[in-house]
Parts: sequence; structure tokens; C-alpha cells
Amino acid sequence: MIGNSAIRKEGRAKVLGRSRYTDDKTFRCVLHGATVRSDVPHGILKAIRFGEGIPWKEFTIVTAQDIPGENIVAAIVPDQPFLVPVGGEIHHAEEPVLLLAHPDKYLLEKARRAISLDVEELPATLDVASSDRVFKEINILHGDVDSIWAQAAHVVEADYRTEAQEHLYIEPNGMLAIVAHGDHQDQVTVCGSLQCPYYVHKALVHLFNLPGDKVRIIQMDTGGAFGGKEDYPSLIAGHAALLAWKAGKPVKLIYDREEDMAATTKRHPSRTHVKAAFDANGLLLGLDVDFTLDAGAYATLSSVVLSRGAIHAGGVYRCPNTRIHARAMATNTPPSGAFRGFGAPQSLFALERHMDVCAAKLGLDPAELRRRNFLKLGDTTATGQLLKEDVDLAGLMDRTLADIGYTEKRKLFAAANETDTPIKRGVGFSVFMHGCGFTGSGESYLASVAGVEGLADGRVAVLAASTEIGQGKDTVFSQIAAQALKIPMDMVEVAQPDTKVVPDSGPTVASRSTMVVGHLVEDAAYAFKQALIQQGFLTEPYAPEVFREAVKRSHARLGSMKCYAQYHNPPHIVWDDKTYQGDAYPTFSWACYAAEVAVDTVTYEVKVEDFVANQEVGRVINPVLAAGQIEGGVAQGIGWALWENVEWKHGRMANNQMTNYIIPTSMDLPRIRVGFLENPHPAGPSGAKGLGELPMDGPAPATLNALQNALGPLRLDEVPMTPERLMDRMEVARG
Amino acid sequence: MAEKILLRLTVNGEPRAVEVFPMARLVDVLREDLKLTGTKEGCGEGECGACTIRMDGRIVNSCLIPAIQAQGSVLLTVEGLATGEEPHALQSAFHHHNGAQCGFCTPGMLIAAEDLLRRCPNPDEAQIREGLSGNLCRCTGYVKIVDAVKAVAEGRPA
Ligand code: FES
Ligand code: FES
Repeated sequence: MIGNSAIRKEGRAKVLGRSRYTDDKTFRCVLHGATVRSDVPHGILKAIRFGEGIPWKEFTIVTAQDIPGENIVAAIVPDQPFLVPVGGEIHHAEEPVLLLAHPDKYLLEKARRAISLDVEELPATLDVASSDRVFKEINILHGDVDSIWAQAAHVVEADYRTEAQEHLYIEPNGMLAIVAHGDHQDQVTVCGSLQCPYYVHKALVHLFNLPGDKVRIIQMDTGGAFGGKEDYPSLIAGHAALLAWKAGKPVKLIYDREEDMAATTKRHPSRTHVKAAFDANGLLLGLDVDFTLDAGAYATLSSVVLSRGAIHAGGVYRCPNTRIHARAMATNTPPSGAFRGFGAPQSLFALERHMDVCAAKLGLDPAELRRRNFLKLGDTTATGQLLKEDVDLAGLMDRTLADIGYTEKRKLFAAANETDTPIKRGVGFSVFMHGCGFTGSGESYLASVAGVEGLADGRVAVLAASTEIGQGKDTVFSQIAAQALKIPMDMVEVAQPDTKVVPDSGPTVASRSTMVVGHLVEDAAYAFKQALIQQGFLTEPYAPEVFREAVKRSHARLGSMKCYAQYHNPPHIVWDDKTYQGDAYPTFSWACYAAEVAVDTVTYEVKVEDFVANQEVGRVINPVLAAGQIEGGVAQGIGWALWENVEWKHGRMANNQMTNYIIPTSMDLPRIRVGFLENPHPAGPSGAKGLGELPMDGPAPATLNALQNALGPLRLDEVPMTPERLMDRMEVARG
Repeated sequence: MAEKILLRLTVNGEPRAVEVFPMARLVDVLREDLKLTGTKEGCGEGECGACTIRMDGRIVNSCLIPAIQAQGSVLLTVEGLATGEEPHALQSAFHHHNGAQCGFCTPGMLIAAEDLLRRCPNPDEAQIREGLSGNLCRCTGYVKIVDAVKAVAEGRPA
């Protein structure tokens, strides 16, 4: 069961076109909703004006004044309003101000355009470098880095930057809300495209000032998320629910692509300065990293994105003296948010590019410099975490380099690049890790719950708030429960995430669903079996049919039996949030990715011609689904490295269309070659670790390292390295 | 606004007639008037391919077609690929090869793949990639989709 490639559970419905995404659900009397936004990046909202020629009486109109509870999105820091009130401060150009609903979509759009805002504009901070407002600052100190510079044989420093990235899930955000007005209290129900039902639940409980059981959030089939449906859906659900509450009718609020791209979150842009010191043998003596994220206008998840970025900034190397200084700064741009990798792709890009830059300075092959410095069993990371697993990074790297043909190709390409061909080729790689689950004390703070329930027909249902967003969670949870209960997978149902039915298993983020929640599912399944045995319904060993009968009998006698398991921090995991020292993650996944590129030095176009992605993620529960996750993540990573460029104009995304924000097509990518090295880890069910985010970390530095190999010394310090940027760098280099 | 027109279509082999505005987008006619929600909208501007359907033997982005232009035409959507409960070979292959992750690009991708195999029954990998390049997928990196199409071309869908 575990380790075999069970076929995607919900796959049949998906290929038949029968899955139900948010916009597929409708009611005859449904109203369509629209959002009026601020337009200027910073200012005071003075008045809202309703233009001529619109039958305003037909519209449901919601402003901040209508809000029954708190006008603030409940999050880590409660600083973002659902709607800016008249007299309130506008912090970015996509800030929601007013909501409209009407049965006719076309008239609705006309009405939206007929509303104008009087805003007293204030000076806006649009560049993170000129921001002086800090949302969060982190310092990680290990040894004494300042004592090292004078004695080092080599000190190499450089600056790196990464730009915003749009998630571009193919299904735009959307919500459908229904509010039933009760005698005493209203009942708010929202169905939507989302990753974290309990985040939305919490936000709406505060927005409507209702008890938890009066708010119900249901996840519909979700057409991709990648972190982009983690926190922003709380706003959209709140908006849809406010309209439905005021209108007394169901309201659908579906973003079109342009609105989705402009208004919802993106990957945090980053600026990193790295200074590294080596001894004469190429051993790393000191590492000083200054890491800045552009958080945008509100704090949202930036503190945790920063934390992951900071912890990963030291990479996979042993270093006795490390200083990592990280900050998330406020600007007047739409808030940045979670995106696969969560800060780690940014800091790892800087470090893994820097390792190649250092190798060139030291006159070593990039593989050799890394080999001398890899972390091993018994070493400690920058946060002082003792590595208790036998990680073989050199083995992982050697296998990857062999797979891509690194040594031969470097020789071959060097000779060919000498000729006057306009196409230059190169091969490069990166080595990296990704912490599995929440950072530090996050998991023990969450104390997630998952359950297993017996059904009347003798099957069982997995109860968890984890969402299926394409990654294969339904299949993997079924495999885990089936294995624990010794029954076939088709005897396991996975309940639709609905806050009325499933417990809070925490959000579907941080590569935690399989490792953390999957483990709870496994524990709950064992508890369920134990309960059946203790109550005399079942004796071991048993055949699946006997189990089915036992569940049926227990159901007939006692009603539905549910067993839950809750997360408890293992006692050996210790973390100090103040000093940022301790076990940052229960474990890490490890990887080495290699890219081969061809650059056209006339058009500056880059093509990735081969890509190898090898990783050690513990036990692989479902190899086909796991490979699919890696391939998809690598595609996003290559897109970020080369093409996906958000253009800003006065604090707004200017290229908010698929026509001019370019993600990879099937023709732009090579066949991504995925390999798994298995090393079971006790933190996960049957030894599984996390893998959803890992593939986002490696492609950008690997691709730019390959570019460096193709083109020679060049300032390749930024992603995306678009043709325009590459032309600029090459012209500078040519003088 | 213009008067509604009676639009007559053959959809997935069945004659259908609906009253719609002449400039209504075909994707909305399918999804809202005919309740065929398998066809998806990802961009509304002809870029993503999620709304791909076959119209009179050619694949089109249904978000770009005004209803009046479809008058009298023969349409195939994802719902018309299967024969009863028996999935089309491409549907089985996408299912078995994990060609659908979130599944949102899948209906359009399947129609594009079906069209590709009609035009080119034995495509190599480059031809498959070219044939599907009008359909964006953000989840898969395309490897499993290409594998699924290849499997069908080679006569081994599952
Ligand atoms: S919705 Fe028609 S091409 Fe994107
Ligand atoms: S499977 Fe999600 S977009 Fe293709």
C-alpha cells in the first residue's frame, strides 16, 4: 500500500469533467459580487461617489459601516481591514473599499466602473530599500563571525535579488456565500477555492461576531493554490458573506484573471547580501547574510515567511561562525504572501548562486567547494540544530552530476563555447534542503487534530481539514489509513473539508500534510482499530471483509464511532523563539538539482534543455504522485528563474494578464527527470517526510549557475533573469 | 442591449437550443445555459486554454467565441469524450498517469490532446509538446500529461 503508486482517488471525476469547483456550483437566485478597490497606493479615503446612469437601488452595496463584527482580518498580526472605511487610511492600490452585488454580471461591471473615490494622496513607499517600517526582524547568531574576516584566506561578498512571482493557479479565486438569518443568530456558510478552511473560519467568526458553530466553511474542488489560496481567501470569503448577509440571497464572488493577478498575494521580493569567508583549503569559516523581504502593505504571513527564509539562508553547509540578519519591511504595494517554498527559495537562491561565485574566486569546481563543506551526521546548523540523520549530500550530488553528465558536458561545452557559435551551453546545479512542517514551535502551538470515523456501510472516513489542491492528499491519506487498518484503499473515504465535519488539522501548507497530518491519520486509524478490538467487535488477525462487518456492527450498535489523534511535540524537539536557536524543524528533506541550458547570445533567449531533480524525502508514500509534485515545482522554479516577471507601475502590477506574464508552456520545458533516494524518518507516517515545497528551492540557482557556466563571469544576481536583464548584464560585461 | 437569439447547436451529439444574447461568450452558454460546467475558464482572453472545446472539427477557445458565431455548429466538450460511464482512452490515461493534478486545465487539455491525436496519430514527444502548447498547466510540469498522450498513441492507455 505505502510505497506503491495508487491511482489518484479523485482522478476519475477530474478527467470526466465532473469535479465541482466553486464556479460550477450555482443557485437560481444567485447574485454576482464585485469589489471596488482603492486605485492609489497610499492616502486617506475622503468619500465614495456613485456615478450617473446606474440603477443603484437594484444593487446590494456594502461598505465598512455595514460590518457587524470586527473590520479586521484575523491573522498573525491583526492589521488588515476587510474594507477601508471613509476617513480610513489606504495602504496599497488594490485595497478593497466597497462591495457590490447584482444578478446581472454585465451591469455589475458597469456599476463598478461608475464608482469613484475621493482620496487625499499621501507619499507612498514603493521600493523596499527606502522603507523604514519593519514588520519583523530576526537574528540568528552562531559563533563569532566578525572575528573571522581578518584570518580568512578568502572573503567573497555579493548582492542578490529575487522579484515577485504570481502563483497563477489556473482556477482564479472564488467564493460562494449563503447567509441564513435566524431569530437570534445568523448562520454563515461559505464554499470556496481555498487551502485552509480554519483560517477562513476564524476570520469570519470575528467579522460577523458569531460563535464558531454559526460559521461553516467548505472547500470546493480547488484548481491549484501553491500558497496563493492560503490567506487571501479569508478576505474574499468575508466579502462574499457580507454581500450575502446584506442581500439575503446567495452571492458568488469570482475573481477574473486580471483582478486575481493584481490584487491577491505574490511571492515576497527579496534582497540579500552574502559575505563568506574560507580558509586556504576552501573550508567555510564564516557566513554573514543580510536578508530583506518586501512584505507589502500588511503583515499577513510575512513573519513566518521571513523565519523560513532566514533559517534556510545558511544552506546545507557546516559553518562555525554564522550571522543571519533578516527583516520583513512594509511598502505600499499589495501584501506579499505564501508561495511554495515560503522564503526559502529566496535565501537559497542567494546562497547557492554565491557558492558558485565563491568557487570561481577560489579556483575550485563548484562541486568540490560544496563537497568540502557539506553538513553531515552530528554537525549543527546555523540555529544550533544537531543533525541526527545520516544525510549523504555528497552522494546525492554525485548521483545528480552523473545523471546530467556534468563532467563530460562541462568539457564538451567549454570547447564548443570557444567557437563563434551564437548558442552557448552550460550545466549547473544546486544543493539544498527544506525544513518539513512548521518552523520551530509552530506545530506544538497548532496542536492539530485528525480523525477516523466508522461509516454505516462498513467503510471508514478520514476526517481532516487538509485540502486536496492537486497534490494528491486524498490518495495519500487513504493509503496511510488503509495500511494502518489492513484494508484496501477503496474502503477508505476522505471527508470533504467542511468545518462542520472535520477537526482543525491546521493549514495545508509547509509540506506538512503527509508528514504531520498523515501521521495523525495513522495514529487515529490505529486508535480506531484498537477501539473496535476493545469493544469486542474485532479480533486480530482479520480479513478486510471481517473488518467491514465489525465496523457495520459497531455502527448499528453505537452509532458512528470516531477516534481522533492530536499532535504533541516529541520531547527531543526544543526550540527557542527568542534566540532562534534549537530544532528549527523536526527534519529536513534534501536535494540536488542540475540544469543544462542553451543561451542564444543574439536574442538572449535561454532554453533549459535538460533537468535532473534528485531528492531524499524519507519514505516515498506514492512515487507517481510524488514525482508529479516535484515536476510541477521544478516547472514553477524554472519559470521564476527565467520568465515570470511582475512589472510594477505606481504600486500595482501592470502586466496582470496571462498574455504578458509568462509561465512555461509544454514547449518551454524539458522532460524533468526525477529521482528519489529513500531514507525513512521516524517523524512521518512509515518514515515519510515533506516534499511539496522542496522543488521550488533548487531550480533558480541551478539554472543561473548553468548560465554562468555557459557565459563565463557575469553578474547573474537576479531572478527572473529575463532576456532584457541578461542583455543588460552581457552588455555591461562587454563594456 | 441586443435581443436574445435562438441558438441551435449540436453538443456532444445532442441537438440543443437556447435563448442567449448574440454576443454572449460560448463558454458562458455552455457553463450557464447548458449546465456543462466541465469546460473551465482560466483567463477569458484566449491564453490559458482551459476553455478549449472542439467546434466543427477545430479546437477553439470558447471564451473568445460569441454565441452568434456558433450558430448551427457541432461542439465537443469534455463531457462528450466518455461513452456512457466508459472513459475515453485519453481520460483513462490521464487518470492512470497522474496527468490531472488539480484538474482545472484537464478538460481543455483532453480536448486539445484528442485533436492532436486526430491530426497526428503517432506524435513524438516534441510534437506532443507542440500540440499542447496552447494549454497551460501550472501543476504538473507537463511530464505526466505528455506520458499520458504518448501512452494512448502507443495503444496502452492504462
Ligand atoms: S479561458 Fe479561454 S483561453 Fe483562458
Ligand atoms: S493540473 Fe492543475 S493546472 Fe493542470
